Amino acid sequence: MGLEAIYTELIAEQSRNPENKHHLTAPTVVLKGRNPSCGDEISLELRVENDRIADAAFTGVGCAISQASTSMMIDLIKGKTVAEAKRLMALFFGMIKREITDDAVLEELDEAAALKNVANLPARVKCAVLSWHTLEDALQTEKEK
Amino acid sequence: MSDSQEFRKDFPLLGQKMNGKPLVYLDNGATTQKPESVIQSMCGYYGGCNANPHRGAYALSVEATDIYENARVRVQRFIHAPAAREVIFTKNATEALNLAAYSYGMTNIGSGDEIVITIAEHHSNLVPWQQVAKAKGAVLKYIYLEADGNLSTDDIAAKITPKTKLVAVTQVSNVLGLVNPVREIAARAHAVGAVLVVDGSQSVAHMAVDVQELDADFFAFSGHKMLSPMGIGVLWGRAALLDAMPPFLTGGDMIEYVTEQHTDFAELPAKFEAGTQNVGGAAGLTAAIDYLEKIGFDRIGAIEKDLLDYALPQLRQLPFITLYGCDTTQNNKTGIITFNVKDVHPHDVATILDAEGVAVRAGHHCAQPLMQYLGVNATCRASFYFYNTREDVDRWIAALKKVREVMHLGA
Ligand SMILES: Cc1ncc(COP(=O)(O)O)c(C=O)c1O
Ligand SMILES: [Zn+2]
Repeated sequence: MGLEAIYTELIAEQSRNPENKHHLTAPTVVLKGRNPSCGDEISLELRVENDRIADAAFTGVGCAISQASTSMMIDLIKGKTVAEAKRLMALFFGMIKREITDDAVLEELDEAAALKNVANLPARVKCAVLSWHTLEDALQTEKEK
Repeated sequence: MSDSQEFRKDFPLLGQKMNGKPLVYLDNGATTQKPESVIQSMCGYYGGCNANPHRGAYALSVEATDIYENARVRVQRFIHAPAAREVIFTKNATEALNLAAYSYGMTNIGSGDEIVITIAEHHSNLVPWQQVAKAKGAVLKYIYLEADGNLSTDDIAAKITPKTKLVAVTQVSNVLGLVNPVREIAARAHAVGAVLVVDGSQSVAHMAVDVQELDADFFAFSGHKMLSPMGIGVLWGRAALLDAMPPFLTGGDMIEYVTEQHTDFAELPAKFEAGTQNVGGAAGLTAAIDYLEKIGFDRIGAIEKDLLDYALPQLRQLPFITLYGCDTTQNNKTGIITFNVKDVHPHDVATILDAEGVAVRAGHHCAQPLMQYLGVNATCRASFYFYNTREDVDRWIAALKKVREVMHLGA
């Protein structure tokens, strides 16, 4: 079931000491994401300038998968345009739903591609997608401003 | 030594594998497995006597009515209620508690009145009272805990006052696994003229319950936590209270006579059972009561205590395990063990145990205010039933020892 593959040292490391876990000085949008069924919580902070995610960070508590997934997402989207972030989001959702399985395509997700095997753990999929759903909502909030 | 082996053959699901390993089912607090006799009773009902009860004047319908009403009498005896008409079927404990809150609470609680519950309540015995308090301008107060997880006796006395109109308490906490002093709380509640609602979700399957001895006014539980199918639950209430309450749901089967602008409601219990009821579930509940009474609660309690006494000392040996609600000295601990693994989130623990075939619950257990009070985000919970064995405990503990390894945290 690929458990070892999922809990690689990388994930354990990311969740223990995530470099993206802090507050931003001047966020333009701050949004909370929660898994009500299990208690994962993140608060995603973005600074969007001219349709570009100039900076991103998060705070929160939760399982290794939710916390690592958030940190990896931030690594990916920082500096990207909103449109690019949305494309990566679609790619991530496609990977988790196993609609996109081609490793060459998934390479773009960089470290986050390590979460591919979470698709084998249906009970944990919501942990992996929490940050991306929060990003989706945050970008929507930002757009509606 | 536990003698649960002989029961296991009655539970088809317990023979299954999970992730390629023989299943160790330790989530009985969430729902129990079903014995063959319960499964057969459901099949028997749908295969042999399915008809809409109460509605048809033909033999099958009469038979369905008999099955349904027989279940009511069996429940009455099972919880030692004074009368069968005081037993209201619902779909689960949650609906039963909502019935009490919306029908009794919304009618009898007013502005400035106080509702007292405990901090250890399941959301099902908390959110409905919060709703009543909000709607009626009443005050919702909490009884807090001693360091060992038991309800504070001082707080019981302090919070239940002449302003208190209703007290709602669980007989056994689904997180801490401690039996609460319901009789003492009833005495206090009644002394100030308040009504006592007891959530029996975690007790009825594990200990003999006598609602009259408890001196409860309402008692709620779900069938699925006591070997029965999902979708059948019970609210018992004192006839005098139920008679005076307005209906909760209205429609078919709960009426005496309907005209264009007015309805006379039926008597108990029909008044609270609108629409077609879960007769198959009631048949299953009857079979479950048969099964439980055959074993007897003395034996069920002894098996669960053996598992508890076998597991706890071993868990205390593991330096990376934190236990919750396990320090009571009042001999009131049931087979629910809530724990955490140091530096590992409960979801990750549950996933790693899952890979070893061990099913435990992880999360907030529908008791977020309790989690906030305990200062934890989430916990894991293992909960025993009489078909669990010491081997199940061994497999669980062996899997726990693997958790930190998988998370690269060392032993
Ligand atoms: C103490 C307690 N109360 C209420 C409930 C709610 O039960 P149900 O979901 O069957 O309505 C549960 C079970 O989850 C429980 O453990
Ligand atoms: Zn999670």
